[in-house]
Amino acid sequence: MSLRRLNLGTKPLSWHRKCIAVLQKDLRLEFRTRYAFGALIMFAVTTLVAISFSLAGGMADTDIAAALLWIIFFFSAMTGVSRAFVQEEETGTAIALKMAADPAPVFLGKFLFNAALLISIAVLVVPLYLVMFNLSVAIVGGFLLTVLLGVVGLAAAGTILSAIAAQSAVKGSLLTVLSLPIVLPLLIGATSATRTALSGSNPGSIMTYISMLLFYNGSVIAASLLLFEYVWHE
Amino acid sequence: MTAVIVASFLYVPAIPGFGATGETARIIIYHVPAAWLAVLAYLVATIYSVAYLLSRDSGHDRRAVVNAELGTVFCILATVTGAIWSRAAWGMYWNWDPRQTSIAVLLLIYAAYFVLRSAISDVVRRARLSAVYAILAFVTVPFLVFVVPRTFPSLHPDLGADGSRVSAMSPEVLVVFVASLICFTGLYLWLQNIQVRLHDLQARRLLERGNTSWGS
Amino acid sequence: MANRIEIQGLGKAYNDRWLFRDLDITIPDNSVLAVQGPNGAGKTTLLAVLCGLIAASSGHVNVVLGGRQLSKAERRMHLGLVSPDLKLYDGLSAVENLEFFCTVRGLPFSLPRARELLEFVGLAKRGRDFLGNFSSGMKQRLKYACALWHRPHILVLDEPTIHLDEKGAELVEQIILEQRGRGMVVLASNEPAEIKFGDQTLVLA
Repeated sequence: MSLRRLNLGTKPLSWHRKCIAVLQKDLRLEFRTRYAFGALIMFAVTTLVAISFSLAGGMADTDIAAALLWIIFFFSAMTGVSRAFVQEEETGTAIALKMAADPAPVFLGKFLFNAALLISIAVLVVPLYLVMFNLSVAIVGGFLLTVLLGVVGLAAAGTILSAIAAQSAVKGSLLTVLSLPIVLPLLIGATSATRTALSGSNPGSIMTYISMLLFYNGSVIAASLLLFEYVWHE
Repeated sequence: MTAVIVASFLYVPAIPGFGATGETARIIIYHVPAAWLAVLAYLVATIYSVAYLLSRDSGHDRRAVVNAELGTVFCILATVTGAIWSRAAWGMYWNWDPRQTSIAVLLLIYAAYFVLRSAISDVVRRARLSAVYAILAFVTVPFLVFVVPRTFPSLHPDLGADGSRVSAMSPEVLVVFVASLICFTGLYLWLQNIQVRLHDLQARRLLERGNTSWGS
Repeated sequence: MANRIEIQGLGKAYNDRWLFRDLDITIPDNSVLAVQGPNGAGKTTLLAVLCGLIAASSGHVNVVLGGRQLSKAERRMHLGLVSPDLKLYDGLSAVENLEFFCTVRGLPFSLPRARELLEFVGLAKRGRDFLGNFSSGMKQRLKYACALWHRPHILVLDEPTIHLDEKGAELVEQIILEQRGRGMVVLASNEPAEIKFGDQTLVLA
C-alpha cells in the first residue's frame, strides 16, 4: 500500500494556509474573550495616566518622552505576547496542536497574531500618548514607521521567547528576564528614532535608525524561524 | 601571567592623554583581554549550543555551560574594569556609552541564560531550551558590538577619531598588552579544559551509578 | 514490506529515574496493542514517545508504512491521538475545532464530512455549540472525531473510555474494531473491558 493512498489523496494545503489557520484560530479566541487585548489596553493606559499625572501635565522632554513610549511598549509586549504559548500549555491544548501542526505555521501564525495585537494597542496608545504629553511629531512618516517596526520586532522576539518560557516552571516572569537582553538593541534604536522623529533635530539620522530596526527585525525573525522547531518539538 | 601583572605596573610607562597622570590607562591591559574573552567565550558557547541541537550529545551541553560560566566571569571583570577606568578618566562610573551598554547587555544575556537553566528541572529540556536561547541571543550580539557603537557617538577609545588603536601604543605598552592578551587567553583555555574535564567526570560517575541516562 | 511499528530497546528516564527500560515489541498491521500497568508506571509516557511528542532516552521507535520508515513529522500525519492530556479549544465550537485541526494539518475542510463525523461520534446536533459548554463525555467524543478526520493508519488511545457512558463505550469498541481492520491501534488502559481488545499486551511494571 503506497504512502500516498494512506492519506486522503488530496494535495495538502500550503504552509501559508496553515499559518493563516493558526492566526485565525487565535484571533477568533481572542475576539471572543478579549482577554489579552483588554489587559494590555488597561496596562498601557494606566501607565500613561500615572506618568502624565505625576508630571502634572507639564511637557515631557522629548528624550524622556521617547524612552517612556518604548518602556510602555516593552512591558505591554511582555504582558500580551506571553498569552500565545502560555495559554496553550495551561489549557492543555498544546498537545493537540503539536500532533496536528508543523512548527513553521505555528510560529508564523502566533507571531502575526502577536504583531496584530501590539499594532492594535499602538494605534490606541500613540494618539493618547501624544495628547497627554503635549507632543508634536516633526517627522510623521519616520515616527509611524519606527513604531511599526519596533512593535513588530517586540512581537517576533516575544513569540519565540514565550514559547521557551511556557515550558519552564515560572512561565510569565521568565519572559521579561529573557527578553530584555535580546530586545535591548531594538529598544535603543527605536527610542533614538522616536526622539529624532519627535524633535526633528538631525533628521538624516532617522534613516540610519530605521534601517537598523529593519535589519534587527529581519535577523530575529529569520533566527526564530530556524530555531522554533527546536523549541516546539523535543 | 605574573610577569604580565608586574610588568603592567613597573615596566609600562604612563600613557599620556588619559586622566590626570595617565596611570589609569594601564587598566587596558586587563580590561581589553577580559572583554575580548567575554565575547569569545560566548561565541564558543553558542557553537557548542548549535552542536548540541544537532547531535543531542550531552557533552556539548556541558561544554556550553562551562564556557558560559567562564564568559560570565570575564564579563564581570570587563564591566568592572571598564567602570573603574570610566570613573578615573571621565569622572563617572556609568554613562551608557554604547560600548559600556554592549558589555552590560552581554552580562544580562549570561545572567538570563543561567536563570533560564535554573527554571527548568528536566535535564534534557533544559539543555535544548538554553541552547536555543544562547543562539538567539547571539544573533543580537552583532548589533551590540558593531552597529550600536558605530551608530551612536562613543567615548570609548578605540572608536574615537584616531584609526587603529594598537599602533598608537608605544612599544613597551604594546608588548605588555599583547602578552596580557595571550596570557588571558591561555588562562581561559586552561580553565575551560579543567572545568570540562571535571563536568565530564561528574557525568560519567552519575552514569556509572546506573540510574541516569544523561551523560552519555 | 509489511506495515508495522517496531519498538527496540526503548527506555525513558527523567533526570535520575528510569520510567521504563529495554522495551522490545513489534506491532504488526491490523492488530491492537494493549498497554497496561499501575498508575505512574509510564503508560501515558510510552504512548507519548510513540507519537513523537516526547523523545526517548534510549532505543527507538520505527514506524514503517507503505514500505518505508517514517520520520517523526510524517508519523504525526498518519497517527491519531485521543488522550486525557490532549485538550481541544473550549473557546471554539465543535465544528470550528474540527475545521482548525484539519486545516492546520494541511487538509481541506469540508462541512459535510464534519457533519458526518459528528454524527458518527454522537454529537449530531451540537456542531455549533462551544466546547466550553460540553460535558467531559461530549468532549471525549469530539476528540475521537478530531483524531479520525485524517483517516490515520494508527490510532493511539490513552484511557479510551474515560468520561464515556455505556453508549460511548460501545462507540469506542466500534472504532477500535474498525481501525484494527484497516490499520493499527495502541491503547493504554487498566479497564479489563478495553484490554481484552489487545492482540498483544504489554505490561509496564
